[in-house]
Amino acid sequence: MSNIPADRHYAKSHEWVKDAGDGVVEVGISDYAQDSLGDITYVQLSNVGDTLESGEVFGVVESVKAASDLYAPVGGEVIEVNEALDGAPETVNQDPYGDGWIMKVRMSAGGEVAGLMDAGAYGAETA
Amino acid sequence: MANAENPELLRGARPKVEGSDLPGKDPAGLLGGMSELLRTSLYAFHVAHGGRMVDFAGWHMPVQYKSILEEHKAVRTAAGLFDVSHMGEVEVTGPGALAFLNSLVTNDVSKLYPGRVLYSPMCRPDGGVVDDLLIYDRGEDGYFLCINASNVAVDLQWMQEQAKGRDVTITARSEDYALVALQGPRAQEILQGMTGAKLGVLTYYHFQEGTVAGVQCIISRTGYTGEDGFELYHAAADAPELAEVLMAQGAAYGLQLAGLGARDSLRLEAGYPLHGHEIDATISPIAAGLGWTVKLKKEGGFTGAETLAEEKVSEARKVVVFFRTGDRRIVRAGSEVLNAQGDVVGRVLSGTLSPMLGEAIGSALVPWTESTGALHVDIRGTSFALHLVKPPFVELKKSS
Repeated sequence: MSNIPADRHYAKSHEWVKDAGDGVVEVGISDYAQDSLGDITYVQLSNVGDTLESGEVFGVVESVKAASDLYAPVGGEVIEVNEALDGAPETVNQDPYGDGWIMKVRMSAGGEVAGLMDAGAYGAETA
Repeated sequence: MANAENPELLRGARPKVEGSDLPGKDPAGLLGGMSELLRTSLYAFHVAHGGRMVDFAGWHMPVQYKSILEEHKAVRTAAGLFDVSHMGEVEVTGPGALAFLNSLVTNDVSKLYPGRVLYSPMCRPDGGVVDDLLIYDRGEDGYFLCINASNVAVDLQWMQEQAKGRDVTITARSEDYALVALQGPRAQEILQGMTGAKLGVLTYYHFQEGTVAGVQCIISRTGYTGEDGFELYHAAADAPELAEVLMAQGAAYGLQLAGLGARDSLRLEAGYPLHGHEIDATISPIAAGLGWTVKLKKEGGFTGAETLAEEKVSEARKVVVFFRTGDRRIVRAGSEVLNAQGDVVGRVLSGTLSPMLGEAIGSALVPWTESTGALHVDIRGTSFALHLVKPPFVELKKSS
């Protein structure tokens, strides 16, 4: 079974969102997603300063198997990206909820975390 | 005598499951339809060892156990064990066997002697490749062929047609044999501890018949990884026990189970063709750079010889090139290849991330006239130059 921490929310497209305080959220992909993709070989990130609409493609995660688009689980401004993934994309496989985070976003007013699933719902979704 | 009507001959090609004329299709989705696929005698072994099972050519096969990249590196640095029991085996016997095989394939079968293995494409009259295969000379027992899993039915039908009027018997043996590949620099040490066969004198592309841990095997010093190693053909019933004993014996040497994912990246790094990619019905061995296997002058000729002779000197021919990009983004099979003017001149045949180089590598089919020019591909709006290289991409240590 895949690991689904209860301290964050999940999108149907398998990104997670964790509240980092002050209207900022951390974004990554779930354990289920990294396991399904297999060995991750490249992560294409957004640029800091980009403004994302919720549901917009913000990057690509590539594995030996396939390249998959990443969808912004919330709207807002990208304030930081995990540049360490450039040289070590396998970190997403090894630690998807920790060092394998992808970006930090300052949510637009009225951020939509409410539209995402909690751990229980996501667990049912991926069961 | 060859007999195309004999259903026995197609035994190895038949799906074991009834009610499905397309064993490779999986209409119920990723999980639902898997039970319709064929299983090798190591299916339970794979599941028990955490293999991630996928549909490959109608078979349930492990694409990986833990990580394709780690399994790949284990084979380059220590050893890996692959189940390739899905591959097909065929026996060709009878007084006309040598003449038949020599007319069937492009390489020269008359150069074989008992204990020797030959690699060869098998072509149609138009030079397209029906399949590529290994031919084992078993002396009085005739010839033993190893063919690609996805082509078993087509190959058998093709061979039967070509054998009409010849004094040969073609027997499908796929269901009788399991096949594992033990590959990597530690392979000989691992295997020598389990067999009385003198592996030190068994050189590349030779084989012996002997026992490994008490199991009767064809011990073949061949492989598809570019490393030293062995392929062990044995009775399907013995496979689970042999695999467990090999893994136990190999543990101290760093032996890991390796799946089809690593098998594909290893063969591409080594520059070996895969049927359906670098060679197929439209890509001849000449185009694929396998001219060394096409013996145009051999006695009696062979199917496809005339077309291949013309292609060899044609300025309109296409060629398979191998490339690296200097970037980690994988250039996927099917991608368009463009020249300096931005014209689409070819397509990518295989592409992966080389685990040893940490960059994208691949192969592409382009017109010969474009093969020395600047070529590039586009990945999601970014252009990447293809740096053409003569494979292998990494130094290989295979036995010689």
